[in-house]
Amino acid sequence: MIEIRWDWIGEHLDDVADKTWQHLQLLVIPMLAGFLIALLLGVLALRRPGTVGPVTAITGLLYTIPSLAAFAVLRPIFGLSLATAIIPLTAYTLLILYVNTVAGLRSVPAEVNEAATAMGYSSASRFWRVQLPLAVPLIMAGVRVAAVTTIGLVTVASIIGGDRFGGLGQFITEGLQTSFDTKVYLGAVGSVMLAFIVDILLLGTQRLLTPWARARALST
Amino acid sequence: MGDERVTPATSRGATIEFDHVSKRYAPATRGATAQGAVEDLTLTVPAGRICVLVGPSGCGKTTTLKMVNRLIEPSDGRILIDGQDIGSRDVTELRRSIGYVIQQTGLFPHQTIAQNVATVPRLLGWAEARQRSRTDELLALVGLEPGRYRERYPSQLSGGERQRVGVARALAADPPVMLMDEPFGAVDPIVRERLQNEFLRLQEGLAKTILFVTHDIDEAIKMGDLVVVMEQGGRIAQAGAPADLLAQPASEYVARFVGADRGLKRLSLYRVADVTLVEAPLARAGEARQDVRARAERTGDRHVLLVDALDRPLGWLDAFDLRSDGLLGEPDADPMSPLLDRRTTLKDATSLLLDEEVRSGIVVDRNGRVLGLLTLEAVMGFMRDDRSRDVPPDIADAVAEVLAHPAGAHDHGGDDTEPA
Repeated sequence: MIEIRWDWIGEHLDDVADKTWQHLQLLVIPMLAGFLIALLLGVLALRRPGTVGPVTAITGLLYTIPSLAAFAVLRPIFGLSLATAIIPLTAYTLLILYVNTVAGLRSVPAEVNEAATAMGYSSASRFWRVQLPLAVPLIMAGVRVAAVTTIGLVTVASIIGGDRFGGLGQFITEGLQTSFDTKVYLGAVGSVMLAFIVDILLLGTQRLLTPWARARALST
Repeated sequence: MGDERVTPATSRGATIEFDHVSKRYAPATRGATAQGAVEDLTLTVPAGRICVLVGPSGCGKTTTLKMVNRLIEPSDGRILIDGQDIGSRDVTELRRSIGYVIQQTGLFPHQTIAQNVATVPRLLGWAEARQRSRTDELLALVGLEPGRYRERYPSQLSGGERQRVGVARALAADPPVMLMDEPFGAVDPIVRERLQNEFLRLQEGLAKTILFVTHDIDEAIKMGDLVVVMEQGGRIAQAGAPADLLAQPASEYVARFVGADRGLKRLSLYRVADVTLVEAPLARAGEARQDVRARAERTGDRHVLLVDALDRPLGWLDAFDLRSDGLLGEPDADPMSPLLDRRTTLKDATSLLLDEEVRSGIVVDRNGRVLGLLTLEAVMGFMRDDRSRDVPPDIADAVAEVLAHPAGAHDHGGDDTEPA
């Protein structure tokens, strides 16, 4: 029979807030870094389509590295700093973000690109005003999957993060070590809720960014 | 394009000159002609005219079009707009001064109709208010009520409506030159016909210089002031006013391309109003039968057209059969010949005569009054004399220039030049 010590949770709300905040940092920083890298590689893919194969292979290779192994290998180098967590977390977002960014940019119809050029868009303004906005649905689909995956991976980082990093995952690790169920459940339910809320927020963002995509859904 | 309020064009058309322009591509197989190549093209599109490039797919017509806004750069030669070499102009500035309409419209799916139409004005940095009023003006011009369409997205429009938006967007910054690549190719025939008619009416007011690409010879004949038939390898097979092209195809290739029914196509170029009508022997309701009969016997016109007090036709009657005395009335008339409007094309008018198995149709004006008779003989006579019909001097000059540069005319009749 599981017994949740609500009183303990009540006494440690500060700790919950800190860990949630750290969890968010470990989500947002790798996501932003991964997104920037994926976007740059995506632009490269538009200019040099030959790069798509190798880049996909490399990001795929990174993705196959077991997360625990990556954290363990980096700890001697960066110690118990956030970098030890952020580097692998960033690497894991790359495959999904890159593949979806390329797919999104490639989903822009050829005639739309041509019309933009023919009407006198420079190639930079064409990218920001036409290609990127039209790639948003696929890019955001990738962002949502990557965000939820990252939130899960942060909890794994807690295994080697000691008391320094791991976000809500630290509750799980510590709870398991001390056989304190309340902490385990607090960490587990907390990170699931976090993933759920982040996904909803991203979905909302996507809708705000793409009113035109809903217009199509309504008209067909 | 239903609105008659045509904006007074601030910039009229500009002349487009192709000066020995070539575009070579590496052929897919050795010895073959690469698809879309253009060879030594010399052609002038007179200002304010519609020049249609027509030919089978791969003949280089689209390549020719895209060299004007430098989506494709020529391998050789120069293109001049109003005498200025476009190669020396800033490419984005050049493109913003050229309207571009394509078959798939290329509308931006993530922008509203208003944003789409205002694309070039926005790029040119017009003030918001000016962009907005110009957008509304253009939407009305192409027959789309601004209030209903402004905030919609392209995916919410029909194919025909999208094509109208495409035309409005191309006209937004009032460019002197428009490039149109199969602009009405993706809509059904009824909508296409309407869009063509509306666009021709628009053009009357706008007088843009338009380079128009199609593979459909009927569309070329209908839209073009100057029609340029191209053949594989990007050479001009023949250039001419539509009527000349149909009356005197320069080669077997052109004859096949314009089709075996080119005589009928010529008929579609003219209207009933162009033909000298035959005067109809008339009888007015209320006239004395004896008088009508006496007049018929005197002139030999046995069949007389009975009209009412306002000269509107009631039907034919046989004057020699008018035996009894008294006044003429409607019951004396036999069923009518077909009524023709002055704006009916000769093709439609002739078709109607053949359909009804009669030799003449009654031509009436807007109020239904008889103007005269259109007979098959008159149509034939008109078409016989048509060869000497006037071609506008600017078109004639353009044709003469093409003839003077026969580079595009050699190597005719290759077996691989089957019309599509």
